[in-house]
Parts: sequence; structure tokens; C-alpha cells
Amino acid sequence: MKALAARRQDRRAPIVLLLLALLLTGGLYAVLAPTSAGAATVKADASDIANGEKLFQANCATCHGPSAAGTESGPSLIGVGAAAVDFQVGTGRMPAQMNGPQIQEKPVQFEQEQINELAAYVASLGEGPAIPTAEMVDPTLGDAANGMSIFRTNCAMCHNAVGAGGALSQGKFAPKLWDTTPTHIYEAMLTGPQSMPVFNDANITPEEKRDVIAFIDQQGGASPGGLTLGALGPVSEGLWAWVVGLGLLIGAAVWIGAKSS
Amino acid sequence: MSIHEPAPEAATDNSLVLREDGTYPERFEDPGHPEHHQRMGDVDPKANKKAERQVVFLFVISIVATIGFLVAYFAVPPGDTPESMRLSNLVLGLGLALSLLGIGLAGVHWAKALMNDHEKAEDRHEQRSSDQTRVEAIEVLKDGAADSAIGRRSLLQGTMIGALALFPLAIVVPIVGNVGGDWNVSKFGHTMWRKGTRLTTDPAGRPIKASDVTIGSVFHVIPDKLDEEEHPLDEKAKAVVLMVRLDPEDLKESEERKSWSYNGIVAYSKICTHVGCPVALYEQQTHHLLCPCHQSTFDVADGAKVVFGPAKRPLPQLPITVDDEGYLIAQSDFDEPVGPTFWERLTL
Amino acid sequence: MTTTSSPSPVEKIAAGTADYLDQRTGIGTAVKVFARKIFPDHWSFLLGEIALYSFISILISGVFLTLFFVPSMNEVVYDGPWESLQGAHMSEAFASTLRLSFEVRGGLLMRQIHHWSALIFMAAIVTHMMRVFFTGAFRKPREVNWVVGFTLLILGLAAGFSGYSLPDDVLSGNGLRITDGVVRAIPIIGSYTSYFLFGGEFPGEVLIPRLFTVHILLVPALILALIGLHLFFVVLHKHTQYPGSGRTNKNVVGYPLFPIYVAKAGGYFFIVFGVIALMAATMTINPVWNYGPYDPSPVSAGAQPDWYMLFLEGSLRLMPGFAEVVIGQYTIPLNVIIPAMVVPGILFTGLALYPFIEAFATDDHKEHHVLDRPRNRPFRTAFGVSLLTAFFILVLAGSNDLIATHFHLSINDITWTFRALIFLGPWFAFWITKRICLGLQRKDRELVLHGHETGRIVRFANGEYIEVHKPLNQHERWLRVQHDNLRPVEIEPAEDSRGVRRKGYRLDRMRQRLSQTFYEDRIEPVTPAELVAAHSHGAHDSISGADHGPAELAGAGSSTAAVGGGQHLIDPQDETAPDGRNH
Repeated sequence: MKALAARRQDRRAPIVLLLLALLLTGGLYAVLAPTSAGAATVKADASDIANGEKLFQANCATCHGPSAAGTESGPSLIGVGAAAVDFQVGTGRMPAQMNGPQIQEKPVQFEQEQINELAAYVASLGEGPAIPTAEMVDPTLGDAANGMSIFRTNCAMCHNAVGAGGALSQGKFAPKLWDTTPTHIYEAMLTGPQSMPVFNDANITPEEKRDVIAFIDQQGGASPGGLTLGALGPVSEGLWAWVVGLGLLIGAAVWIGAKSS
Repeated sequence: MSIHEPAPEAATDNSLVLREDGTYPERFEDPGHPEHHQRMGDVDPKANKKAERQVVFLFVISIVATIGFLVAYFAVPPGDTPESMRLSNLVLGLGLALSLLGIGLAGVHWAKALMNDHEKAEDRHEQRSSDQTRVEAIEVLKDGAADSAIGRRSLLQGTMIGALALFPLAIVVPIVGNVGGDWNVSKFGHTMWRKGTRLTTDPAGRPIKASDVTIGSVFHVIPDKLDEEEHPLDEKAKAVVLMVRLDPEDLKESEERKSWSYNGIVAYSKICTHVGCPVALYEQQTHHLLCPCHQSTFDVADGAKVVFGPAKRPLPQLPITVDDEGYLIAQSDFDEPVGPTFWERLTL
Repeated sequence: MTTTSSPSPVEKIAAGTADYLDQRTGIGTAVKVFARKIFPDHWSFLLGEIALYSFISILISGVFLTLFFVPSMNEVVYDGPWESLQGAHMSEAFASTLRLSFEVRGGLLMRQIHHWSALIFMAAIVTHMMRVFFTGAFRKPREVNWVVGFTLLILGLAAGFSGYSLPDDVLSGNGLRITDGVVRAIPIIGSYTSYFLFGGEFPGEVLIPRLFTVHILLVPALILALIGLHLFFVVLHKHTQYPGSGRTNKNVVGYPLFPIYVAKAGGYFFIVFGVIALMAATMTINPVWNYGPYDPSPVSAGAQPDWYMLFLEGSLRLMPGFAEVVIGQYTIPLNVIIPAMVVPGILFTGLALYPFIEAFATDDHKEHHVLDRPRNRPFRTAFGVSLLTAFFILVLAGSNDLIATHFHLSINDITWTFRALIFLGPWFAFWITKRICLGLQRKDRELVLHGHETGRIVRFANGEYIEVHKPLNQHERWLRVQHDNLRPVEIEPAEDSRGVRRKGYRLDRMRQRLSQTFYEDRIEPVTPAELVAAHSHGAHDSISGADHGPAELAGAGSSTAAVGGGQHLIDPQDETAPDGRNH
């Protein structure tokens, strides 16, 4: 329409928006590929403990104290058990790099063997939860249906219904679970890292923990309906309805309203 | 006929012509409808033919897509796995989408490229009726009123209005009477917790020993024998509890509530005092309990008082103790109604 | 197209059918009147059509769903293909939702079409309403139709909300629980209203069947009836048109219904349905199997309603808790009443009544069929943008947890920011929008008076450099000068010549105050005399700024003498001498 010549430049905007949206979809989708890793078995002997102590003194003692009894900048590790060490170091959270609302996942700093040695050393300081065996965390042995029932009562409020993660107070957050290994999920439930509470074996039994792992193992993959849109719920659905849906439809409307050349 | 060609473009610019009295017009004049510009298809038969072929092609796409949809309907069942369900949804959806888009794009393209694109004008008339019509309409109404003689028969008028005003009660009263069940809103005031009711895990229903609740643990708790209730979901909606154990050093307790906890184990209603969401995000290090719906934050170490967000009141506390076997039990029901605020909550 | 002496068999059948129908219905008259009805062409006139067509998609897919959905809260044990719900206890409503999603062929597609259509339906209603608002299409005689449209918006919310809750999953169940909490907050009758909705205590056993009736009978019937009324008014009033040469309040310029709009609008229905089908084919919506059947205990992060209810969620999140007060024995939770009832009440009442308020302030009794350019109504445009800003801030506040996780921010900081922004944002948006509108109007004046810049610099014999300007053609000019010159209303004095205070003065005074708020700051359209004066300045290079004074009145900001005289040379039409000197 001639009357609105000044607006003509707007007509490309929906298309550009749409392209951006499509790119975003692709990007999101590529990110959501599940990975898996086996659980480590630990056989602690004296040399492991000795090596572990060396590693501890070099990398951890600054914050946790030379005897691992804790300082102002790090808690005591006596009695936290091997599982806590395997989780914290195995997910790269420890050694911590910077202060923030919460210590975040980073590239892992140690070989699994070194982590095992560190774990053996910390376990030798006081009794605590051990690293689970491969069988204890094998998703194929768990009952996903029971896992879902446990997960939605105990975990979904922080980690989202399918483990996509969620916000806590003051900048803290519950992380996404799809890329976490079964062993680390098990250890997190058992030891309650950072803000997360402890779910001991009386609360969620070892079998139930494996069921939870079986449930999480099924998430983050294909959704019957198509793209998952991050599995974030109605907010992301609304965003897509506006950007893709209304974007395409207004694009079509502009085409219909434009004079043919 | 009020549809006609639009007024043509004015030949001269009348707005800027000095009028006889030596002034210019106060406003510009509408220059009239601009000249029609011809499309490529109007002057070039080849372009016209090409547009026609495009329309035909789009209709063909639609036909093929519908056939594809039907084939997919029989050939691609949803199956049992998310992948097969997704495939079925995808092929059916794409078939339907192309079938529809083919028709839609073809229709629009046809209209734009091939149909006559000369604009027409249609006259508008004021919405209001003419004065004459108005007079006549009022006359008609007056005649009708006179015929019915309603103005003179006041008793008839009164009873008619009365009857019409009353009869809806026959519809409304049964609805209001039945729709709210027994209307006994005092049920908001209590839950199924009793003295001695065991605390059990949600959803498995296992009783919980005090010794099993380690520091830093959080238990989602339901009362024992919830399943045996007549309306288990209604009861669960009020009775769910969140139980944590703190280092007794961290716990601030008022004098009268010192006996409500056991060895640092405290149990609070899980139903938010704001609008009733389950308040379930327990942050072990800060002892804060966060509601995922509206972010009310309660301090479990300090009587579940509100530290942030839209809630005003602390979560009600369930007084607990242990029985002979070491299992956690309730001392009594909550001492106040759980959940969101309502008008008469202090009177229940 | 051509009439031949012997009609073909098809023509014979058509003629026979038409004769049959016309003898019984007199349809010939209707065809004659409506078939060539004129509608103006513009993309923004299709926004309402998106709403209409997505509603038809909703009806089509909805009928499909009712055939398989079981609106019952009876408990069943799941036994179907979805592994992680095997053996779970759930209501029949939830189980039948899973069955129609996973086991009915094409069922999931229809469910997703239904839900995507619902989101698009609401989005289209909102954008259509924005178009009507910002172009002033609600003015006389269309105020009543604005109210009909507004009611459709509310019914759309009701339809969406009742449908969203039907699958009886955890996410929507928590939404219902929030509804229960909000309803209970109503003073005096709150508890009883809660019982009224749920047939007793929450969640009860009757809600899903009741919602089902509301969702598939009551609300759609009302929506259909009001859509009929809405469209009837469109035909009765004939469509508005954008300003332009040859378009007046006495005509409507465009294309005939048959064949142009039968093809365009009909085609657009298929495009709308097609795009929705495309979305349903590729993007998951409301995966209830992730949330699981309703149970009062669980809740998941990201607990939010569909987008059109998000503003309420945000409003609830922003309100601090101190507002709950106790009077005597009775509690009044203003921390719920204000965000969930007062705030939306203000937003919606303002929206519904705006046409009447504006007509009152303008003292406007004319019919308007030519639309406003938003810039020519700075107050209205700014008001609309500020209302939208408030709405948008509330939507963002309702998504604060996702903002926190995606941008690594603290949810508490975000909430505090939005608590401030909900007051500052709309105010700032109003101010800046009004400035932009006035600026655009100034630019229009500038263009009309001095034409387009051509980038051609010429030098006079006396050594002065000037840029040649190309005047606007009549059509370009008309677009920029056609609008009404709106000034604050003038009222008669409070006392007549004999010093008697007249009746109705207070109302008039109110009208005047309101009118000043609307129209005090304004840029008036160029008059022919001003244009002639500007031309002569350009030609004779004489400066007389005083002539431009009346165009810009006090209040519009005093630093606005944008239309100074001498530095512009007007290039008459397209002819220019090589040296640029034409006079």
C-alpha cells in the first residue's frame, strides 16, 4: 500500500526473525545429545592413599586445610566419603576456581585414576559414602516408571520435570542432568553437594536411586511431539508461538497485502 | 449501485492556488486516487502464463501431500518408542501442512498475480437512520404500546415484572445449592494428622525412623494410611509435609515450639501460605525453602519465616516426636489452617 | 466468462440449484449485495483473520480430541506404551490424554495442533487489538465492536485456561491450585467460591468434568456467537482504511469480496492452518507425559501457565508479602488480591473503556473510517505502548526463573529490578513514545515544506552553497497533511454574562483537563499557506522564522524550530537546470 511506503522496510523483519529462530532451534537441538560414561571402581590400597595425599596437599589443602579439617574458605572433608570427592572432582567443580553464588561445573582437572587416589585418601580420613559400583548405577537395571515417581516428588522442583535444570535463590541453580554420568547422579543424591540436600539410603533406597537414574537416562532424547524446545515448559512454548508461529503468519500476511510486481 | 471506480487523480494541484479573496485554502485537498500501475503479468503474456503455472504447481503439491498423508497414515504407525512416535507425528504433520499450504499459497498467488487488480470504491453512508425513519420507528413502538395497553394496567405490569424476575431462581438455587458439595468450608481448618500418626515417605509410604534423618537430609512426607482415606487426594493436598534435619546449633526455636522438633528434625507444611503451591526447593546450605511458583522463600532454621517473596506468614509447623520403635510420629494436627490465606482462617 | 447460446451441463446444474435456492430463500438479493462488497487491502487487516482461522483450527482439532478424551477423575492404572508411566495411578482424563497422544494415529498431531492454535489464537487477538488500538479503528461507530472484541479476548483466556487444565497433569494441577489460592483470597465469599469451583475441597472429584463442559460447550458457544456479532459489525460498518489519496470517510477503496478476497482470505485460512500443522509436526507442546498425573505433592521447576496467563503469574511474583492484613478476626490477603485482581482489573478496564475515554476527551461525535497514523495521535500511541510495556514487564517477571538460569542472574535481583520497572517502565515508555511520535510528525512537516533531500549541492553566484530539495508529489504530501488538527477542547466559561454559574461546568472542566492531557503537546499539519510561504523562502532565500510560529504550540518543547527558511532550495518537480538555479 502506497500510503505506508515508509513502513515498507519493516516487511523483512519477520523473515529475519524467523531465520534467527530456526538457527536457534538447530543450535539448541545439537546441544541436547545425551552422553554416557561408565562408573569407576575403586580399590583402595596404601599407595593410592599416599598418592592421594600428595595430590590433596598440592591442590586442595589451601582451602580445606592441610589435615582436611576445613578452613574459612573450605569445609572439612573428614567423613564426606569417597563419593563426594568423586563427584566434586569428577565433574570439575573441584578444585574451585572463583567465588560466585555457586561452584560450577568445569573441564575435569584430573585423570580418573588421580581422582580415585584423592577419593581413597579422603575416605581414609573418616567413614563416608563410597563410590557406587557399575551395577548400582546401571540404567538398564532400573525401573524408569518408579524412577519417575521418585524423581517428581524429590527432584523435579529444582531440576525440572525431566531434568532440564532450574533456578534457586540468589543466583544459584539446579543444573541440567542430561549430560551427567549415572555415577555422578548417584553420588550427588548420596552426598548432597552444595545447595542440594542429602538423600540417604533410608530416604531413597539404592534400588530407587537406580530407578531415578533409569528415568533420567530416558530424558533429553527424542520427544514424540518433535523438537523439545528445551523442555522448559509453557514459557518457551509461548516464545516459539510468537516468534515462529506469528512470525510466519505475519510474514504471509505482508505477502498477501503487498501489490504484485 | 454504490460500487464504482475511485475518483481519479486530480490534474492540477488546487491546494496551492490562490483563491479570489487572496487567501489559500485552510486545508489541502485530497488529490484523488493515484493512477493504476500495471503488473508484469498484465503486459507480458509470458509472465502471466508463468504465474498460472506456479499456481497449478502449488495445487499439485497439495494433492501429492494429501496422498502422502494417507500413505503415511497406514504405513507409519506411532509404535512404542518416542522415536517412532515422533516419526509418525512428523510425517503426518508435514503431509497435512503441505496439503494445506499448497492450497493457501495457490489461492493467494492466483488472486495477486492473475485476478483483476483495479481498485474499486464503495460509498459509505452514515450509520444513523434518517430522521424520518426515527420518527416512524417511535410511532410504531407507541402504537404497539397502545395496543397492549400496558401503560394503563399497572397491576398487570407489576405482576409481569415480578414473575420474570422470580423465575430464574428456579434455575439458580439448585445450581448454587448443589455445586459446592456440602459447603462446609471449616474443613480448611484441619488435616488428617492426629496424635500418633506416623510420618511416611512420599510416595512410597515407608515409615521413617528418626535415626534415618541425617543432617542435611530432606524428606517429603505424607501421613501413614493416606490411601485408606475416603478422598486421598483432598487429604494429601492439605497434609503434605517437608521434613529436614538441621544441626541443632543452626536451629532457632521459640520457647513454646522447643518441644515440636526432635533432635533438630523439624517438619513444616509443604503448602505455601501464599497461594498454595508445594514449597519444595530446599537449599541445604542456607536452610532456605523456595517456592518454585512465586519464589516465596522461607527460613527453615528460623520457624519457616518468610525471607523473600509474596508470602506473608510462616509455614505451619507440624509438632513431631518419636514412638516406642523410634519412628517419627505427629504430636497433633497443625495448630492453624495450612495453605493460602482466606477470610475466616483465624476463626477456624 | 463468455456467454454462449447453449449452456454447458455444469452451467445448467448451477442455474438449477441457484433457482431452487433463490425461490426458497431469496438468496439472490444477498449475493447481489455481498459478492462484490469492497474491502481495503493491507497486511495488518489480516491479523484478526489469523485469530478467526486459528479458532477454526481449534474447533476442527477439538472435535477430534473430544472423541477420545475421557473427562473423568476416576483413578486408573496406566498400561500403555509410555514406559516411565507404567503402573502409575492416574485419572482417566490423564490416561485418555496419553492414549490419544500415543495410540491414536494422528492423535498427537491433533493435540499439538489444538494447543499451538490456542497460543496463536491468543497472540493473534492481542496483535489484532493492538492494530485496532494504535490506528484508532475503535472510534465511532465501532466502539461497540471494540467491546465485543474485548469480550472475545476475555473468553479466549477462559477457553485457554479451562482447556489447559483438562489433561489433569501436575503442571496444570498446580495452576489450578494457584487459582484456588487466588479465589480463596476474595474477602468474605472466598472460601465458598473455592467450594463452588471445586465442588468441595481442592482438588475434589468433579472439576475435570465441569471444566470440560465449560471448555467444549459454554465458552466456545459464546465465542462463536460473539465472532458472528463481531463480523456482522464489520460488514455493517464496512472496513476502515488507511489514509491515502482518494480514501475518505465517505468511501471504502479496495477489492471486491468475490473473487479477490474469496481467494486471498480463503487462501489465508489454509496458510494459517498449514503453519499451525507445520508447528505441530515439528515442535512438542505441553508434553504432559513429562509432568505426570496430578498429585498435590510434586511440583517442577518452570511451573508456569501458558503465555497469555503469564502476566498474572508475574504480577503474583512481584508483589511483596507485607500487604496481607488482619482486621479483627478476618484476614485480607492484599498480597494476593492486588496482583491477581486489582492489577489485571486496571489493565483490562483501561483497555475496555479507552474508546469512550478518548471520545470524551476529544469531544468527538463524528464517524471515523479513515485510520490514524499512530504518530498523529501521540497520547494514544504512548498510552498504548505504556500499557503494553506494563504487560510485557509482568510477562518477564512471570519468567524470572528462566531468565535467571539462562542469563546467570539472581532471581532475587531480577524480582527487585522488575518491582522497580513495573512503576518506571510504563512511565518511561509513555514519555519516549510520545517524543518519538512528535519527532516523526516534525519530520513529516519538514518533508512537506521542504521536500526530499537529493544530496545534490549547488553553488549560487554569490558563493553560497545549498542542497537541492525535491518537493513531495501530491500523494506523498496528502498522506502527511490529511489528518485532523486536534486541539484541546474549549469550554464555555463557568458563569454566564449575568454571573450565574451554569450547570454542567464541572463535567466540562473535567473534559477540558483530560483533553489537555491528550492534546496539549502537538504538532499541527502543514497548511497550504505555510507551504507557499516555505516555497517562497526557498526561492528568495529570505528568512522569516516567525511565519512558522503558529505551527508549533507551547508545550511541545520549545527547541523545535525545525523548519527554518533559507537554507533549502526547492527543486520544482523533476526539472532542474544543470546549475541548480531555476529562478
